[in-house]
Amino acid sequence: MQAAPSARPRLVTMTGVTKRFGSVTVLREVDLVICGGEVLILAGENGAGKSTLIKILGGVHTDFEGTIELGGRLVRPKSPLEANALGIAVIYQELSLVPSMTVADNIFLGRSLTRRGLVDDRAQRRQAQRLLDQLGIEIDVNQRVEDLPIAQQQLTEIAKALARSAQVIAMDEPTSALNAPEVERLFGLIRDLKARGCGLVYITHKMEEIERIGDRITVLRDGQHIGTASSAELPPAKLVQWMVGREMAEQFPRHAGQVGQERLRLKRFSVTDRHRAKPTGVEDVSLSVRAGEILGIGGLQGSGASELFLGLFGAFGSNVRGEAWLNGGPLRISAPRAAIDQGIALLTNDRKATGLVLPLSIVANTTLAGLPRLSPGGWRQPRRETEAARLLGQTLSLRAASLDMEVGWLSGGNQQKVALAKWLQTRPQLLLLDEPTRGIDVGAKREVYELMNTLTAQGIAILLITSELPELLALSDRIVVMHRGRVTGEFNRKQATPERILEAAMGRGNPKSE
Amino acid sequence: MTKTEDRRKAGSQNPNRLARLWANPASRALLALVLVLALGCVFSADGAFFKPGTHRDALRQASVYGILACGMTLVIIGGGIDLAVGSVLALVAVAFSLMSIHWGWSPWLSVPLCILLGSACGSVAGGLTAWFRIQPFISTLAMMVFARGLAKTISGGMKVSTAVPRPNGTFENVPVPHVFRLIDSRIIGDNLTVVTLVFLVCVGVTWLALARHRWGRQLYAIGGNEDAARLSGVPVNLTKILSYGASGLLAGVAGMCQAAQEQQGDPEAGIGYELTAIAMVVIGGTTLTGGRGGIGLTLLGTLTIGYLEKTLSVNAVPEASRLMLTGAIIIVAVLGQRRGR
Repeated sequence: MQAAPSARPRLVTMTGVTKRFGSVTVLREVDLVICGGEVLILAGENGAGKSTLIKILGGVHTDFEGTIELGGRLVRPKSPLEANALGIAVIYQELSLVPSMTVADNIFLGRSLTRRGLVDDRAQRRQAQRLLDQLGIEIDVNQRVEDLPIAQQQLTEIAKALARSAQVIAMDEPTSALNAPEVERLFGLIRDLKARGCGLVYITHKMEEIERIGDRITVLRDGQHIGTASSAELPPAKLVQWMVGREMAEQFPRHAGQVGQERLRLKRFSVTDRHRAKPTGVEDVSLSVRAGEILGIGGLQGSGASELFLGLFGAFGSNVRGEAWLNGGPLRISAPRAAIDQGIALLTNDRKATGLVLPLSIVANTTLAGLPRLSPGGWRQPRRETEAARLLGQTLSLRAASLDMEVGWLSGGNQQKVALAKWLQTRPQLLLLDEPTRGIDVGAKREVYELMNTLTAQGIAILLITSELPELLALSDRIVVMHRGRVTGEFNRKQATPERILEAAMGRGNPKSE
Repeated sequence: MTKTEDRRKAGSQNPNRLARLWANPASRALLALVLVLALGCVFSADGAFFKPGTHRDALRQASVYGILACGMTLVIIGGGIDLAVGSVLALVAVAFSLMSIHWGWSPWLSVPLCILLGSACGSVAGGLTAWFRIQPFISTLAMMVFARGLAKTISGGMKVSTAVPRPNGTFENVPVPHVFRLIDSRIIGDNLTVVTLVFLVCVGVTWLALARHRWGRQLYAIGGNEDAARLSGVPVNLTKILSYGASGLLAGVAGMCQAAQEQQGDPEAGIGYELTAIAMVVIGGTTLTGGRGGIGLTLLGTLTIGYLEKTLSVNAVPEASRLMLTGAIIIVAVLGQRRGR
């Protein structure tokens, strides 16, 4: 199974790494070998465990089973700082810079150069400048990080990681915010590092990058090591096969319903958010969904699908372009309230952060979105609210000791049911579901699937985002695939195969022909 | 699995009746009040604590703070804080005194104007917070300083009392306005002051708004999770501004009560009152993080601090020691509130 890691010297050997979060096992007996002078690609679907694995290497997760061997001795980094001292540098997806400090200060953060107990600013600036020059990065070290464009922040992050002459460098999707010339510069940097004998681990969802810089590829799926091969032995088709696996369980009971009139149509729809530095990245999306239909939206991290939902729902205000029709009439996009009033509901992908109000009761959460209708004239009618929550709780087989219980006390599955109940309470015609089964157990998942069948049978249209490919394939009547904010493929049930979808999601599909 | 998990969680929330009682913030707040009252019974200063007049006075002294605490409760439940209430109280006290004493306006005109003035101050701070995303600590701090300055400006830096200055430099004594006497009078056979009645009405109205009106529910939702509330169609900005406006309104009511009690408008009044109001809210068990709490709790917190002050003062504890003791007891009470959460 383990392909010979060529003749290059082994720098790091991780053996039998197992990691659990609570009762969920995210990594199971994973082996990883990093050699000097090569780029090891870590590939896998969302949630395969790639980021967790390099966070263990980088000293972020310290509670795991298994061993890490570095240069012939066993190590166990207990903090990012310690990993750094061992010569391991990790560049995470989330930038770890302090925005209000200068580039030089950030590069030396946590290990400042001092003179007589005080920070030696001049020495730091000088050394930081020398480092950036070596790397060929043109950034003024005196600038504050918050004043830099995202791409330069990313390069600063890389410089920071390299400031301690690391031997092993891991990068988690470093190009997600970079444009083409900047990506070229990064690849040049990677080539230099390779030539110097460094070992690199590179996580990416882009097939093009894998083909260009990968020497060896390790594939993870559902937290398990599927295999490692040199990139010559692993052409894209085979790689995708490794990533998705073969089994396509029949555990998803989709009964396609009667498809009715068109509910939603988007034409060249884009979402722009001027409040954020990063573009939300939804460009020229065209799609349509009919009553009683589930349209799945496939894509990997950064596909822009969630932003599409938020934009449609009015979460970015009216910062949208293009045309949107609901039930044949123009869709007004201004604020969530307007969307709700027009019969749209959005189940967000993070129920704790954006879905539920955890300190409030089940009744309060269930009735939050539909409150104006439940309390005409402003005065609440507690009995009516409790009745509405009780009925929806029954429909969704919600299990709770009392309806007055804080939702924070519920399990993930039951919390998700409360979030769903809130939206069903508004009697929507179009349901936007973003990861409706994330972090809930198998039984609750099944109940969510059955609910989706029931709802479509009633003529509700569903747009579904899910990062689990089998789920997407089994539940969707049609599938639209997005990559970096654009539609890169559209498939009906017969055409849709895991391989085709993943290829489109990685930007290799043929753009949808108009 | 889900089923048993929920049962376990529900179980850990209330394994038996005593623990369930203890888990309820209201019972903990009540316990604090009972302890303070017990303290008063033990150190009754030769029976002074048992006289009805003592309780009337304790309530009278706590009422102005309590009215502020009602508004503070609204803002804190919405996830904010209002530092301006003490200054708004002084501003309205000065304005009310000017209108009633100097200008001799009818209360039918001056009372609505004062209420409007208080709400305007609160709404401006709320608007800065909601529309311009200024942290509530900062926007209300700015309003606190501004309102104090405005109070000093319109009063000319002097107390506005019944000794009205004349253009020739002399003072003319005018009678105390009828509305002042009315607010500071006693009812129910001398056993309750009108100010306390006003406080209780404020408690009732804010309770209705919080517990029975859509707006209150939406305020809880904003305090508990603003993003989720916004995505559920809650008009976040409007709801927030109204909470600050209500807090300003109640500060205005408190200011009129204060003016009537002191029979003057003091531009230096109300300094530090916002902190007492916050302490009352927190001792009651409303959390500063927002989303949890209620007016009933604030009523208990107000009585706790009010009676503590009274017990200490009837026992002739010097003010210096009284302050230190109050500080210590606030910490004990809040630690008690945090248990079981």
